[in-house]
Amino acid sequence: MPTSRSTRIVLYVYGVLVIAFLYIPLVSVGFASVSKARYLTFPIKRYSTKWYGEALGSSTVSELLTTSMTVAVLVTVISVVVAFFGALAFARYHWRFRTTFQKLILLPIFFPQTVLGLALLMWFNSLGIIPTWKTAVVAHLVWIAPIATLIVAIRAYSFDPALEEAARDMGAGTFTILREITLPLLMPGLVSAGLFAFLLSWGNFPLSLFTTGADSTLPEWLYAKMVSGYSPLVPTLGVMSVVGSFVLIIAAFAVARLLRANKETSAVQD
Amino acid sequence: MNRLDGRLGFLSALPLVLVLLLSFLAPMAVVALFSVMPQKVFSIANMPDFSAYSLFFSQGYYKSLLWSLGMALTATIILLLICWPLAYAMAKVFGRFGLVLTVAVVMSLFVSENIRLFGWVLTLMKGGLIEGHLRAWTGLSFESPLYDVPIIIFGLVYVYLPFMLFPLAQGIAMVPDDTRQAAYDLGASRSQVLWQIEVPLAAPGIVVGSLLTFVLAAGALAESKILGGQAVIAIADDIETAFTFGQNWPLGSALSMILIVIIGGLALFGVSKVDLDAIMGRKR
Repeated sequence: MPTSRSTRIVLYVYGVLVIAFLYIPLVSVGFASVSKARYLTFPIKRYSTKWYGEALGSSTVSELLTTSMTVAVLVTVISVVVAFFGALAFARYHWRFRTTFQKLILLPIFFPQTVLGLALLMWFNSLGIIPTWKTAVVAHLVWIAPIATLIVAIRAYSFDPALEEAARDMGAGTFTILREITLPLLMPGLVSAGLFAFLLSWGNFPLSLFTTGADSTLPEWLYAKMVSGYSPLVPTLGVMSVVGSFVLIIAAFAVARLLRANKETSAVQD
Repeated sequence: MNRLDGRLGFLSALPLVLVLLLSFLAPMAVVALFSVMPQKVFSIANMPDFSAYSLFFSQGYYKSLLWSLGMALTATIILLLICWPLAYAMAKVFGRFGLVLTVAVVMSLFVSENIRLFGWVLTLMKGGLIEGHLRAWTGLSFESPLYDVPIIIFGLVYVYLPFMLFPLAQGIAMVPDDTRQAAYDLGASRSQVLWQIEVPLAAPGIVVGSLLTFVLAAGALAESKILGGQAVIAIADDIETAFTFGQNWPLGSALSMILIVIIGGLALFGVSKVDLDAIMGRKR
């Protein structure tokens, strides 16, 4: 039975409402960030961008941003490498413990992240490691590397193993096949896995909470300020972090589009 | 060829298995060991006793656990009801708009949970986005719904919506249109098609979505702290307090173990029921 016209309209309206529901809090944060008053009340009486100036000039803020950025970049690089091989083991190769491996990967994703963070804190402590931002990289990896693997695996499912077999029949070694056939085929998956890894690490709070030691990432600092009294910098930094992620996503889409266009023109020229 | 596949599979699984061994399984073992240590020790070189577990009952920690599980269950049921029509529309009705919706939902995931919950505080507080404007324009006012149990559930529903929506849409996409059409042709009613065709065939998506939301919501911390203002204490909150202010690692570990056993059991059960290859779009 095809859906009737009125049902379709209701569903579209519903979809728009859900999107609005997801973004309402961000609208509030956005307004709050440009309010001049130290203690916020709506409707906002006077607008000002002074908190942005203050945030940009603050050394605490640049330290927070540097820490968050370093952690996110390292997590991204390691996750993508691990996910490339992990996805092949997940989806491509037929080997003995494949289903066990698949389930092992899902476990950390299903885990409460706060508990994961605490478990890591105790583990580092019993190894005699003092937590810094480096241990936070490890903590993020536990959760993000499996997610990156799943994303690449979706891509790995859809490629034809005959391509690799043909290359092998023509005498290519395993390493050559990986570099010349597998890597280019999985590239779109690797790019989106990298994007996910970066953004999830950038915004992550529960895993950082216990594993950064004396260092602090941006979400951690925001949480500390939210729980222990208001700072007018909270909405400002919130907006800066959100805008940063969205710019990155849009840039990634633009680059992907440009590359595709390039490929098509060069294919035509060939 | 097959032996080669076996070797390559093993080798390429190695990096991830090593990461998880060193930073997931080993820490879990440490938690398990700490949970049977006497109170307030900071090393696992002590005589084991089970005093931390007895505190779970005597100090009323089971209440936090029940609150967490109850709120997580409520949020899961609400999310199932909210997401079903939307997931159905994403899988079967929306064309391009489905993509827009997907992108919009995924983008919201990249904003730190804290910032989004804090945004709800600004929206719902007295003098916030809604109440402030309402009072300025109409003179009417209402009490802020913040700092109570329903708002915590609201926060859970808000934060975990994507984790229900996407698996559900994936599940509904697995229901063949022909099967549904055939049922209608044979005279089935709308509700018969729903309960006898769509729900059973979309079951893997329903199971994964519900499990994911329930498990994540049961271990959630930020919702009750930021929106709930400690109206009730979540179990994750108790665990955190035991580690930080309480300086009682064995107690924190014992509480963690109880949560881990419940959640891990559910997760393993769910994962074992579902064919991952099918859900993730295996073509061969």
